[in-house]
Amino acid sequence: MNPVDTEPGTAATEKVPFWLDAKKRAVLFQAATLCGVGLLGYYLVSNVLTNLERQSIATGWSFLGKEASFEIGESMIPYSAASSYARALAVGALNTLLVAFVGNLITIILGTIIGIARLSSNWLVSKIAAVYIEVMQDIPVLLQLFFWYAIFYETLPSPRQALNPVNGVFLCNRGVMFTVPEAHLAHAYMGAALVLACVAVWAVRRWARKRQDRTGRPFPTFRVSLAMILGFPFLAWWLGGAPTAMDVPELQGFNFKGGLTMSPEFFAVVMGLVLYTAAFVAEVVRAGIQSVSKGQTEAAMSIGLRPTMVLNLVILPQAMRVIIPPLTSQMLNLTKNSSLAVAIGYPDFVSVANTTINQTGQAIEGVALIMTVYLVFSLSTSAFMNWYNKRAALVER
Amino acid sequence: MKILKLCLVLAASVLFIATGAAMAGETLDAVKARGFLKAGVNGDVYGFSMPDEKGVWKGLDVDTARAVAAAVFGDPSKVEFTALTAVQRLPALQSKEIDVLCRNTTQTLTRETTNGLNFCQVNYYDGQGFLVRKKLGVKSAKDLDGAAVCVLPGTTTEMNAADFFRANKLSWKPVVIEQASELNKAFFAGRCDALTSDASQLAAHRSVAPNPDDYVLLPEIISKEPLAPVVRHGDDQWYDIVNWVTMSLIEAEELGITSRNVDKMLESDNPKIKRLLGVTEGMGKALGLKDDCFYNVIKMVGNYGEVFERNVGPDTKLGLQRGLNALWTEGGLMYASPFR
Repeated sequence: MNPVDTEPGTAATEKVPFWLDAKKRAVLFQAATLCGVGLLGYYLVSNVLTNLERQSIATGWSFLGKEASFEIGESMIPYSAASSYARALAVGALNTLLVAFVGNLITIILGTIIGIARLSSNWLVSKIAAVYIEVMQDIPVLLQLFFWYAIFYETLPSPRQALNPVNGVFLCNRGVMFTVPEAHLAHAYMGAALVLACVAVWAVRRWARKRQDRTGRPFPTFRVSLAMILGFPFLAWWLGGAPTAMDVPELQGFNFKGGLTMSPEFFAVVMGLVLYTAAFVAEVVRAGIQSVSKGQTEAAMSIGLRPTMVLNLVILPQAMRVIIPPLTSQMLNLTKNSSLAVAIGYPDFVSVANTTINQTGQAIEGVALIMTVYLVFSLSTSAFMNWYNKRAALVER
Repeated sequence: MKILKLCLVLAASVLFIATGAAMAGETLDAVKARGFLKAGVNGDVYGFSMPDEKGVWKGLDVDTARAVAAAVFGDPSKVEFTALTAVQRLPALQSKEIDVLCRNTTQTLTRETTNGLNFCQVNYYDGQGFLVRKKLGVKSAKDLDGAAVCVLPGTTTEMNAADFFRANKLSWKPVVIEQASELNKAFFAGRCDALTSDASQLAAHRSVAPNPDDYVLLPEIISKEPLAPVVRHGDDQWYDIVNWVTMSLIEAEELGITSRNVDKMLESDNPKIKRLLGVTEGMGKALGLKDDCFYNVIKMVGNYGEVFERNVGPDTKLGLQRGLNALWTEGGLMYASPFR
């Protein structure tokens, strides 16, 4: 019955029946479970396929190449109703990515500031931070999205009476319009120069650290880095002909044309997610800093380190170990919560996929796509943070 | 939350689709065994399907579902209504959460084929229009270049609007919100320049707006929207029942039978009336129902004209004219096939 059973046992050891051998039994159970799950999966998939076919509901992925014939409000890549479903879904995925990236970035900065403020010795600052954290954590994020969206379109005027707080910036219930530099080849050079600057900064820092280890002489890394990051793009701009033409938003007909528009939907999604998640991040940061014992600060001061060095060399490296894992889960939360954007009309991936499902009737493929995309986003965020965590982890000697 | 909902729909579809092979008669048996009909409706459109202040469902689509319940049970109250968004409605029907979808749904080729659905007799002929603020000074939909337009996702409306702006080489920005109430709030607060939907729905939304008189419907009707009750593929008997019950409303109006005179009509000599009301046996039984099923429908719900007047007609808040929805004998499109 079982190959294990027929194995020739050596005469010296007493033969143990396989069902009494814990190791073999474990393997057997695992194999049985795997078979069970596999069979169940097969049963479900084959049933779904036959039944879909019998109801003559379309299956497969061929719909991806068909014309989407619906319009999407905002898109980072060229898109029109004549584009394919695949492109529409790509637009949605990019929109989700944009919200997740911008949202996480602002959340980390804001959360850190509030977390530190929570520990401030100033009574007022610390209490304001505490109230913020308590209030924001306790209001469901969907409500916050509705709130910010409503604030935007209920309080701001129509485009014809748009507010103009600063030259070149317009505020109305259609969004915030910014003046941006007109498209020019020099901007591409500037981007490349920035990348180059980042690489150079990385190299300089590496070299400076090595030199300090060797000779003990510090190098003004920060100032040099800043100069390169600002200087390289400026140089590229100057060499590229120093274009100064600006793309100013102008009222034409109903709406503003030109410039860069930040839609109320995008604003509300980012605002809601950031303010909500930052409260959690603040608590994470506070806990991290408090986890480093006071003696560490005192010891560092006593060997003559300056306060900034105490923070950078002693406190933060230790606090980071505590901060990073829960911070990762907050970042994942924000990314996943961005799917709530569909409720206020931001064309994120879920919104576009929903429409696709509805127009094509292929719910199973659509939902599978949604799950895959969020899984990929989450796994890559988590992989990055794990890598960072490993770097920040205490190196034991 | 959205994802969770979708996953539930997926799980439900997998489970339901996996377990049940639809047979003719299966839906009717299930409905009878359950004791009530499950109907999917909109829930946000005054005059078509919306609960009134007492929580009682009212509307043209609601009455269509009630007519089916009256035919099956002899009791129009035996319906459980589920409010569905445009995106949820088709999966809800496909996964057997509901027996019939009476939710101002447009009949299209794709929906009948790749979505695996059957559309019954049309209960409202509609067309897509645009609602704008009067003070915008727009006279035609072709002036809407560059406009922000509020539109429901997952509707034929969304695609018609895309077609219209493309065909006229106009630019536009869709603002797409799934919940109709949220979408309307955004429009009335000024987020969009125009709201586009079926003309009847626009009238309905305007009727519940803060200042209905500030808004005007543009003259263009950019599409054909035959709205009809929908059932799943695979159960022909159930399709026949919903189809012919809907037609019986129209046939009754054509024959002059109303909820008030239906008892007197039982004595009529007109063979058409006799067949419809079950005095001459055979029609109801052929559908797998009782012969008095259409009598019950007319007695308890009324004929199409009554349903129309009660919910959306000139005396209601909507004040819609019969137009395309008049009987064919009066220049409209409402035409029931012979009950014989």
